[in-house]
Amino acid sequence: MTLHIDIPDENLAGILAKAFKNRSFLAGFVITALVAAVAILSFFWTPYDVTKLVISDKTQAPSLAHWFGTDHFGRDILSMIMVGARNSIAVALVAVGIGMGIGVPLGAFAAARGGTADDVLMRLNDLVFAFPALLSAIMITAIFGPGAFNAIIAIGIFNIPVFARVARAGALAIWPREFILAARAAGKSRTLISIEHVLPNIATLLLVQGTIQFALGILAEAGLSYVGLGTQPPMPSWGRMLFDAQTRMVVAPWMAIFPGMAIVITVLGLNLLGDGIADILDPKSRRQR
Amino acid sequence: MTAYLFKRLVIAVVTLVLASMVVFAVLEIIPGDPARLMLGLNASADQVELLRNQMGLNAPVVLRYLHWAGGLMSLDFGRSYTYSVPVIDLVRERLVVSLPLTLMALALSTAIAIPVGLFSASRSGRAGDTIAMGAAQLGVAVPNFWFALMLIYFFAVWLRLVPAGGFPGWSAGVWPALKSLLLPAIALALPQAAILARVTRSALIEVLNEDYIRTARAKGLPYRLVLWRHALRNAMIPVVTILGLQFAFLLAGTIIIENVFYLPGLGRLVFQAINQRDLIVVESVVMLLVAAVIVVNFVVDLSYAVVDPRLRGRQ
Amino acid sequence: MSLLEIDKLSLTIGGTRILRDVELSVAPGEVMGLVGESGSGKSMTALTVMQLLPWTAHATGRVTFDGIDILAASEDQMCALRGDDIGMVFQEPMTALNPVKTIGEQVAEGIRWHTRASRAYAEERARKMLDRVGLPAAQFPLSRYPHELSGGQRQRVVIAIACALKPKLLIADEPTTALDVVLQAQILDLLRDLVAENRMGLLLISHDLAVVTEMADRITILRHGEVMEAGDTARTLSEQLHPYTRQLAQASMHVPARARTHEVGQGKPLLQVDNLTRDYPGRRISLLKRAAPIRAVDDVSFSMAPGQSVALVGRSGCGKSTLARMVLALDKPTAGTIRFRGDTLTGKSEAELKPARRDMQVVFQDPYGSFDPRQKVERLVAEPLHVLEKKPPPAARREMVAHALHEVGLSPSDMDKYPHEFSGGQRQRLSIARAIITRPKLVVADEPVSALDVSIRAQILDLFAELNQKLGIAYLFITHDLTVARAITDEVMVMHDGKIVERGRTSEVLDHPQSEAAKALVAAAPDLHRAIAKKMQEQG
Repeated sequence: MTLHIDIPDENLAGILAKAFKNRSFLAGFVITALVAAVAILSFFWTPYDVTKLVISDKTQAPSLAHWFGTDHFGRDILSMIMVGARNSIAVALVAVGIGMGIGVPLGAFAAARGGTADDVLMRLNDLVFAFPALLSAIMITAIFGPGAFNAIIAIGIFNIPVFARVARAGALAIWPREFILAARAAGKSRTLISIEHVLPNIATLLLVQGTIQFALGILAEAGLSYVGLGTQPPMPSWGRMLFDAQTRMVVAPWMAIFPGMAIVITVLGLNLLGDGIADILDPKSRRQR
Repeated sequence: MTAYLFKRLVIAVVTLVLASMVVFAVLEIIPGDPARLMLGLNASADQVELLRNQMGLNAPVVLRYLHWAGGLMSLDFGRSYTYSVPVIDLVRERLVVSLPLTLMALALSTAIAIPVGLFSASRSGRAGDTIAMGAAQLGVAVPNFWFALMLIYFFAVWLRLVPAGGFPGWSAGVWPALKSLLLPAIALALPQAAILARVTRSALIEVLNEDYIRTARAKGLPYRLVLWRHALRNAMIPVVTILGLQFAFLLAGTIIIENVFYLPGLGRLVFQAINQRDLIVVESVVMLLVAAVIVVNFVVDLSYAVVDPRLRGRQ
Repeated sequence: MSLLEIDKLSLTIGGTRILRDVELSVAPGEVMGLVGESGSGKSMTALTVMQLLPWTAHATGRVTFDGIDILAASEDQMCALRGDDIGMVFQEPMTALNPVKTIGEQVAEGIRWHTRASRAYAEERARKMLDRVGLPAAQFPLSRYPHELSGGQRQRVVIAIACALKPKLLIADEPTTALDVVLQAQILDLLRDLVAENRMGLLLISHDLAVVTEMADRITILRHGEVMEAGDTARTLSEQLHPYTRQLAQASMHVPARARTHEVGQGKPLLQVDNLTRDYPGRRISLLKRAAPIRAVDDVSFSMAPGQSVALVGRSGCGKSTLARMVLALDKPTAGTIRFRGDTLTGKSEAELKPARRDMQVVFQDPYGSFDPRQKVERLVAEPLHVLEKKPPPAARREMVAHALHEVGLSPSDMDKYPHEFSGGQRQRLSIARAIITRPKLVVADEPVSALDVSIRAQILDLFAELNQKLGIAYLFITHDLTVARAITDEVMVMHDGKIVERGRTSEVLDHPQSEAAKALVAAAPDLHRAIAKKMQEQG
């Protein structure tokens, strides 16, 4: 499939002006910033200490003292959600970093070289795509045991072919442009052209994919922790909190409701942000609205 | 067969072979002795040696791989150590839960997403579209296992309409079995449907901007017909691509969802096997799921050729 | 009585004014030519008649077709008209057909919808219509898909769809702009015959004054959404009463002044091409078999003298762009040698090519696609300085860019802008500035003016001529447009099926072509002088 890239004819100021008129971007930006702020805040302050178990306070319904209630060890759910945000963001962010850092150069290289190199890289891509993140996590955990680090690796590995594909498709759409021919006529090497002309023109595409993978990473981390393959207790994580909530649904539904909402809101914010960026930078999609 | 299809078939086979090597290799590089890992620390050296011989661990790597891969082809995955039965029997037993669940979820997701996508695309920018896409945006953000918990809380705990979990088995009758799969299927399907609806909508809108849509309208066809006859088929390629990817996600999703609903499917089997260090079972189930993903991707490639005559070639 | 009557039509789209008080009429059997430069609103006029405007559009005034008030008509009424009484042909044949449906389905679809006929009957009529537009059943069965047809053939299918039900009015929006001159002449002939056969009214929209003059009984000249002048074709263009009409006509026929011209064989050749061949691997037809390789350039030899301006003309797909890319060392030849200033270019590495690249630059067709939108003009124009042995320091670099911008008629202060801040004509000037910054000996220009409006085109041709005179740069001009070749080159080479079939002084080749290929090109090329003279005879 071919990819069509509309390169917007604007500089940064124009883009920013548009960004603040785009509802999707604004909403996504505000939500994401709030989540990030809460995660940072949790390093310095949380309403309660999440490492302390207060059995006398166990499974209390939401109240003024505990806004989101407490869990079966009497820990404050709100505090745990705050600390969990840190964990979710870190895992997803590093996984995106792994995917981008390895996938983008591979994809750009495949597009620049073409031929056998391209074929081989794309076949390897197909191979990794055949292992859904959860499956690789299962394999990795089966070998090395569960943990946040292994979750990062599993999600990160799955991100590599995603970014490689997007970068390659974007670069392939840029390479036939006349300005690339002009650069080649100026004697520039393929690597230099990739860095100077191709990457800046597909950066927005990668940014949008980055927010999508970030959101997917949050979901995947939660899923892995939920089944016990991700972050391990006592470190609070949203997925693990849901696992603990599962058997107590009847007596303490708040234990499930609030961590779940935290995931939904974070993912929603990131997706809105990505939609907004795509919207602002791709005049074609904006015309359709 | 055209060059395109043959090429895709070769790619699928090569990917399958490589994937089997990866699965095999990963379990090879496990630190420590797999036999000892399985038996635990208390096993005696003799016991370990016996198991090593049983597992064929003393043969050279290449031979062991060939033996294992050859077994896969005749559906012989080896014997589960903890259950002491052929792995294939375990898998068969669990597949009758996991496969119907995946297919139900896929069908449900498609049945919801395509009409919503069509509806939204044909009303692009108006109120109906905004509401539908807002809902989809929310749906994409919901983790399926949390959604599953909420469904249980609402339908099973509050309304007591369906069982909260467990599986009566197909022997208990088709309806009770399906009923116990219904909530899990919905939990799996809705978030995927949200993604698919968004893709369908944007693919349709992209196609609706094409020149040939204007040609079709200049023929005097009403908009509705243009949408059905000209736009939908051209929009199918990205939609089918996403459907293929979703199959992989659904497979992975079933693994988690089965744990939420206590369904005796492949997912439960895998987690039990991990806990009991029954590596042959883990290896087999992973290989099976990977093979399923590869086969589905090949089917997706085939469907491209059905949709797009340019891939079919002539004579 | 008129078939189509447009009265005081004004149109805004999303608040932007597109048309103002447009008046136009087409009588049965009449060809009305609607001429204008890009952005003049000619396509929007057509889409208003079809009621296929975007939903943010708002039209006022009166559009009457065959007694029906189009602006007040319901969507159902319009559906009944479209494709039945009004047919439309679009500019871009490559994308105008649905890629997943056969041509038979696409032609028969409208017939079935409007006549409620059986599939068999509709297919029979579709067959007849395809025969009529020159796609006989033997080669073009109904089961063909669009991708199996060439651009010209696809445009015939689009015409078949539009004319299948013998509409009273046919609207053709730049129907030949995407085709080469020979195909253009064929398609125009077909349209002319169809109009005569069925007494259709034809609204022919084009930017090309010569094409419209050849075809139209009356013309309407549009600019910025307003009608400048309208009237009988012969009188309007011979008298040229309106200044804008005069400006358009003169720009279409513009020939830049050039004092010196160059002949072949003056001293040592600058560029020497010997037996150059380029094959592309054939399409894979089965697993191990490929179709025979396609020979894009076939045993081509020629030479160019320093300062000489040479045109390379030919139909689309004749191999001229491939040849140009090989000369620029952007594509590797299968066989043969290219020598530039005496050095062999073929088979050299990118590093070894650097000295040659310094003396050889390029100007492309698309003024929008030939600049990286993310970089400022300074970096873009300075890009060829990459080949210099010693990279100039930033201050010197800015100085060189400023000088180059000045030479192409732009201000040095433009170097801190982004490309999107310039118009199409200005961007082509930027492109030329980039090409001359290293003071090259040869500039290869691939259709450098074919994407520009006529008045801009005249200015850019003047600039090319001036730089040729002032700096002594040799040009290899690739073009399908013989007017451009005539305007700016000393010699012309005619290319056909990968071979150079004729070469000689420009005026000689264009006035007395010898080869079949050259004759066909010359005969098909629209020529405003000739067209006006012919119309004068017809219309008295």
